[in-house]
Amino acid sequence: MAKYNQHLLVCGGTGCRASQSDAIVESLNRALTERGLENEAKVVMTGCFGFCEKGPIVKVLPDNTFYTQVTPADCDEIVAEHIFKGRKVNRLLYTDPENQEHVSDSKHMGFYRKQIRIALRNCGFIDPENIEEYIARDGYAALGKVLLEMTPEQVLDDLIKSGLRGRGGGGFPTGLKWQLTRKVQADQKYVVCNADEGDPGAFMDRSILEGDPHSVLEAMAINGFCTGATKGLIYIRAEYPLAINRLKIALKQAREFGLLGENILGSDFSFDIELRYGAGAFVCGEETALIHSMEGMRGEPTFKPPFPSESGYMGKPTNVNNVETYANIPVIILKGHEWFASIGTEKSKGTKVFALAGKINNVGLIEVPMGTTLREVIYEIGGGIKDGKQFKAVQTGGPSGGCLTAKHLDTPIDYDNLIAAGSMMGSGGMIVMDEDDCMVAIAKFYLEFTVEESCGKCSPCRIGNKRLHEILEKITKGEGTMEDLENLRNLSQVIKDTALCGLGQTSPNPVLSTLDNFWEEYLEHVTEKKCRAGVCKHMLRYVIEPDACVGCTACARNCPVNAISGERKKAHEINQEICIKCGACVEKCKFNAIFVR
Amino acid sequence: MTKIKSLADLRKIKEDLQEKIRLRENADQPEKLVQIKVGMATSGIASGAKEVMNFLIEELEKRNVEAVVTQTGDMGYCYAEPTIEVIVPGKEPVVFGNVTTKKADEIIEKYIKNGELVDGIIPRNYETIDN
Repeated sequence: MAKYNQHLLVCGGTGCRASQSDAIVESLNRALTERGLENEAKVVMTGCFGFCEKGPIVKVLPDNTFYTQVTPADCDEIVAEHIFKGRKVNRLLYTDPENQEHVSDSKHMGFYRKQIRIALRNCGFIDPENIEEYIARDGYAALGKVLLEMTPEQVLDDLIKSGLRGRGGGGFPTGLKWQLTRKVQADQKYVVCNADEGDPGAFMDRSILEGDPHSVLEAMAINGFCTGATKGLIYIRAEYPLAINRLKIALKQAREFGLLGENILGSDFSFDIELRYGAGAFVCGEETALIHSMEGMRGEPTFKPPFPSESGYMGKPTNVNNVETYANIPVIILKGHEWFASIGTEKSKGTKVFALAGKINNVGLIEVPMGTTLREVIYEIGGGIKDGKQFKAVQTGGPSGGCLTAKHLDTPIDYDNLIAAGSMMGSGGMIVMDEDDCMVAIAKFYLEFTVEESCGKCSPCRIGNKRLHEILEKITKGEGTMEDLENLRNLSQVIKDTALCGLGQTSPNPVLSTLDNFWEEYLEHVTEKKCRAGVCKHMLRYVIEPDACVGCTACARNCPVNAISGERKKAHEINQEICIKCGACVEKCKFNAIFVR
Repeated sequence: MTKIKSLADLRKIKEDLQEKIRLRENADQPEKLVQIKVGMATSGIASGAKEVMNFLIEELEKRNVEAVVTQTGDMGYCYAEPTIEVIVPGKEPVVFGNVTTKKADEIIEKYIKNGELVDGIIPRNYETIDN
């Protein structure tokens, strides 16, 4: 075995691969071979580093040099300068936006300083397609410990004491959930992993499956041991091809090593896992809908109780947990519940992975202890708002969550605080908005999504959300009335109280939270017919100031709908009935004579 | 691959496999380990820095000293190449000049293991900016 002095880790997540990280691996290997360094430095493709904003990432170890936005053409220079001569390639280093200085060691980057990585412990560290690297990082040691040195009761006791709660959004205590499935007597039970990640802007589950698939397999087997299930199913959307591929490789390797299958590690416990593909319907994240979809039926939810722990897949007791929840479990078993419970807040233990997106400098995947404030996440880790604009709101919890505002910036993030603030944890999407975002339009966007994704089974969700969307549409067109605002609130409340499943019960949240936090904006839309962010186009009026217009005809020639008329060298005029508010005239006018009112 | 049949087997295999990623594990917490930087500019390489670096990596491992060996650019002591900087946890960095493999051996045994100073120390005339 060659003894490598340096490792070059290349991000192999979906984002970085889309930016040619495959070709980067190839180019690095070629450059190493050309210089005869192939036995001194090793190139490894890993999972996501989280710093997607500046991908593709190449990290050189042992000096922790963090190269950003690397292209295949840069590889030769990295090898020639850094690997051969020990000189860092400065132009590829991360530049601190505050002082414009290069930061070479990733440990000193603001993005990583506040993070604690438990669920993402192996992402960006090991090769996810190589089970040996997972085993080297204590992989399957938790399964071994559980099978041969613990009883199911002891494991459940550990989990309950650790305080781990479901990371899919609801926050139900994981240990209790497992115990419920264990208590039911049945000839067959199932373990299900919910990998149907559907919130707009959320990609943490995908990244864990792409970067560390074995951690989920191991935790599912541990669950099987505790609940008495011998079969596991992973429900994953077909639109995650890379995650599916890595899962298949992981399953194959785990079976070859005897870590899945009959009599695992010489115990009398047998367990195996299969994949089930979803077509990408948001409602299938709801556990009863997910189970129906796996059974080959329509992805529609059913009333609970009975809960899946009593009657789930094929009518048998079924334990459903989310990807991130599973990824935490092997670590809790190995490091102990005291350690896990020492991280986080009183009622929310451990860490949470968030997908930062929207108008934020460092778009990416982060993992922070529960109790970290929004300010720390947005300004210290996220690097603040893009283009120096003003922070307006952050949307958490996807279409089921709500918007938090500047007054919530110092609230410690945990399950209960987010709910108290009118939002929810959800799966961990965080979409940051600035002064250019109209909150009425944002609420409309989320309603559009739920209307599209509603399964149509119950009328509050099918009809109610449609009506909510229509009212919002009316308001953004400048035709809203005060009565509409009242109806919005009442209807939202009715849907919340009467819808069948989680999707419908939470779908009005974006409306309610924006009504609460941005009431003036709604009022402006209705009473003044004004959109302060300039997003609702129907309310805009483009007007030519006659004194400033020289009659050059540039605007009239560029108007796509011929809404501008006037004689040469005389002031022009815009016909408001024809104007589509595209803004082309403003761009073309050299005399700043056209205004938006 | 033969199947892993017991927990003892799994633990043994883990020990073996750990070697492959030890470099990554160590890089994650360099402040707890002995850190050595080898000056690898043209003058360094010409005077044998590469051999010294390989020697250090191999010998430290053989002698069970957990260390992170990295290469760096010219440290400015071209009259005394190869030069290396050694940081023992909790101590100030020390620079050694004219490091041959023989000298490197002495540095490991005397300075790193026992904290004794050896000949060849160059007074540091720089501060490293921590970035």
